[in-house]
Amino acid sequence: MKSESIILEMKSITKEFPGVKALDNVNLKVVEAEIHAICGENGAGKSTLMKVLSGVYPYGTYEGDILFKEQLCEFKDIKQSEDLGIVIIHQELALIPELSIAENIFLGNEQAKKGVINWNETVSKARDLLNKVGLQESPNTLIKDIGVGKQQLVEIAKALSKNVKLLILDEPTAALNENDSENLLNLLMELRSQGMTSIIISHKLNEIKKVANSVTIIRDGQSIETIDTADITEDRIINGMVGRSLTNRYPERQPNIGETFFEVKNWSTFHPVQNERQIVKDVNLHIKKGEIVGIAGLMGSGRTELAMSIFGKSYGKKTTGEVYKDGKPLNLTNVTKAINEGIAYVSEDRKEYGLILMNDIKENISLASLNKIANNHVINDNKEYVVAEEYRTKMNIKTPSVTQKVGNLSGGNQQKVVLSKWMFSEPDLLILDEPTRGIDVGAKFEIYTIMNELASQGKGILVISSELPEIIGMCDRVYVMSEGEITGEVKKADATQEVLMKYMTNSRG
Amino acid sequence: MNSITTLLKKNLKQSSMVIALVLITLLFQVLTDGTLLKPLNITNLILQNSYILILAVGMVLVIITGHIDLSVGSVAAFIGAISAILMINMQMNPVLAVIICLAAGALIGAWQGFWVAYVGIPAFIVTLAGMLLFRGLTLVVLQGQSIAPYPESFQKLSNGFLPDLFGGTDIHIFSIVIGVAVSLILIGLEINGRNNQLRYNFEVGSKGLFYAKLVAIFAVVNTFTYVLATYRGLPNILVILFVIIVAYTFVMKKTIIGRHVYAVGGNLKAASLSGVQTKKVTFGVFVNMGVLAALSGLIFAARLNAATPRAGNLFELDAIAAVFIGGASAYGGVGTVVGAVIGGLVMGVMNNGMSILGLGIDWQQAIKGLVLLAAVAFDIINKKKS
Repeated sequence: MKSESIILEMKSITKEFPGVKALDNVNLKVVEAEIHAICGENGAGKSTLMKVLSGVYPYGTYEGDILFKEQLCEFKDIKQSEDLGIVIIHQELALIPELSIAENIFLGNEQAKKGVINWNETVSKARDLLNKVGLQESPNTLIKDIGVGKQQLVEIAKALSKNVKLLILDEPTAALNENDSENLLNLLMELRSQGMTSIIISHKLNEIKKVANSVTIIRDGQSIETIDTADITEDRIINGMVGRSLTNRYPERQPNIGETFFEVKNWSTFHPVQNERQIVKDVNLHIKKGEIVGIAGLMGSGRTELAMSIFGKSYGKKTTGEVYKDGKPLNLTNVTKAINEGIAYVSEDRKEYGLILMNDIKENISLASLNKIANNHVINDNKEYVVAEEYRTKMNIKTPSVTQKVGNLSGGNQQKVVLSKWMFSEPDLLILDEPTRGIDVGAKFEIYTIMNELASQGKGILVISSELPEIIGMCDRVYVMSEGEITGEVKKADATQEVLMKYMTNSRG
Repeated sequence: MNSITTLLKKNLKQSSMVIALVLITLLFQVLTDGTLLKPLNITNLILQNSYILILAVGMVLVIITGHIDLSVGSVAAFIGAISAILMINMQMNPVLAVIICLAAGALIGAWQGFWVAYVGIPAFIVTLAGMLLFRGLTLVVLQGQSIAPYPESFQKLSNGFLPDLFGGTDIHIFSIVIGVAVSLILIGLEINGRNNQLRYNFEVGSKGLFYAKLVAIFAVVNTFTYVLATYRGLPNILVILFVIIVAYTFVMKKTIIGRHVYAVGGNLKAASLSGVQTKKVTFGVFVNMGVLAALSGLIFAARLNAATPRAGNLFELDAIAAVFIGGASAYGGVGTVVGAVIGGLVMGVMNNGMSILGLGIDWQQAIKGLVLLAAVAFDIINKKKS
């Protein structure tokens, strides 16, 4: 249909797992030197498709054909696909923290003669690659000493060192702040102008609009359509992903705001290891009953640290300041006390801080409120099961059974389990840290609806988010943080991306 | 038939260990021409393995929290030495001495738990240091020599049997009564559990299968006690073991404390942010290990009727092996008390069977090593499949 040459064609790919058809007759055509986005809800089959392409699922375990540069490919493992120049960068970066940038770039591909590494060549080649991706770091810097954004660039440098022809990025900006995302996307566009093809899996529709030449939408394991860049609108993509048009991305709500019930005064905390570094500086904030309050700020502005230090001092050292609930001062020296005082904190990293992946759904939901299902410390298993079932229905957790291991669920469903856990603790104040990160549009809407419902019950909600549209769409009032301080307080009526951005980048308000 | 296979598949991991134990037992039963399951030998088996099984129960908790304890053998020896000083040199009342020894065990556990939980030193290092420290202290206390003999009442801890309240002559009637009682209680619990599930409208297995299970429970428990009754009845140590296994299974499966132990091993950070006092839990698990190591040391000393400097040598490795054979994960968060006990029994039956066959200690060691590797490999390969 086009004159440009097709670099990759995947024809009628079908991949079955015991019991489920993960991919059903999926077709994908990628034009040379374009950025091709793949969109779909969590669990739609995007990652599975990429695993088929890169040989993680070897030839023979799926049906259909892969044509790369018009050659039929039958990859037995990742090595074979990499030899052809197909390199995949996974969402969870595969770098070794204790090794240097240069060592990581050439890991598995060491610059060596007869097994003896030539360090000079390694470092100098690494330096060239770092220049190419625009990363100003010494090749000898350890990975653990640079941020996630820079690590992402190292991954790309590593891919370039393998002579990459087709670069696949799985949600590359999910963990990045605005600046780093911007950088990364610019780099991708620059590499495109040098003739590289990339496939990018992303949930961030504005990014896709910005960089992609075409978008393939996958829903329930089937490829729905491929749209050209000229015709891409966010609504169109959403439409294709969920199979219906979401007229409003944020559910309607009539705020019913009561009086102030939660106050934080003169709150400060210091870095747990670097004693001199003050992370949160003299913060004052208050939350009213039934109010949804946002905290906007760039990553590293102290948002998470503020929330965690309030939540039973689970972050920081030398924490000072007062917390009042209903006018009474609270002494929240540990998490148990915070929970007992009706505070809940949903962490930004659900796998690391929110869930016990090897345990099942019901055990995760009950963990923070075991007293409620126990008599004299003896747990009533049946009651636990009933509670979990209740939340499964209420929160629409998609799983055959609450005895399913949480690790087997998709991101959106995992997040619903974390939310269930904290709703079951019946908090008065619910702190949500990036509640919709890495979650598809449909699940996002469901989580927003739950937030509204909790607010309508008179609970206070504090939302931390990097996505400004989300903050503006959901919150009655927004605090903006920058470098550990609150630099602005904005009412819903005045909240625009420009205003928030101004405060976010403002070091002294 | 269909429901049986699904039931087996569901519980493959647990049932595979039981099946392995049964197969190994049958194998040695045949190889030893029936000596293995003679009443006398079963009694011996229990006495020989009791101290390892008690250590394994403590160890499985430590391993579930994601730690390890290398010091238990040395701690057992050290406590044995203290008990000898108290009871033999100082002529102290055995009951009082046992209480002091268990308290000393708790103190040792608290010492190690402090370094692991509150200072954050890896348990491997803390308990490696403990292994050397308490072995050394044992030698100091005993001045390099064995102390014997213990008062008779203390020896009963390991070598005694329940008295027959009904005065049976050829057969120990009281043991049979206990067997019937225990099996009836177990059956009652099963029925109660099923009724509870029905009350909550849960799906339960078919009735036929359920009755078959009840009959099996009755048969197994009573056959076991009957066989023991034809010798000298139930050993005291079996009663202690039974109480410990039941109590710890209950705590780990049914109580908040148990859930917290699993949570700490499953994901320390998530547990801590869910209000689990992770440091206290870790500390408590080590204190508990200390007490059980002390108990194990006392039982060993009573059985040997002497406190010796080399007591408890390599016990820690037997206990750790039992826990891993019993299906615990080296990464924490997974494991059961019953699994650890079954793991311990697998090793115990092999030891005993090979000894009866006259196999040297050299070959026994080698074969045990291979069995440990095979058991864990089987487990991991199975997991990959599912």
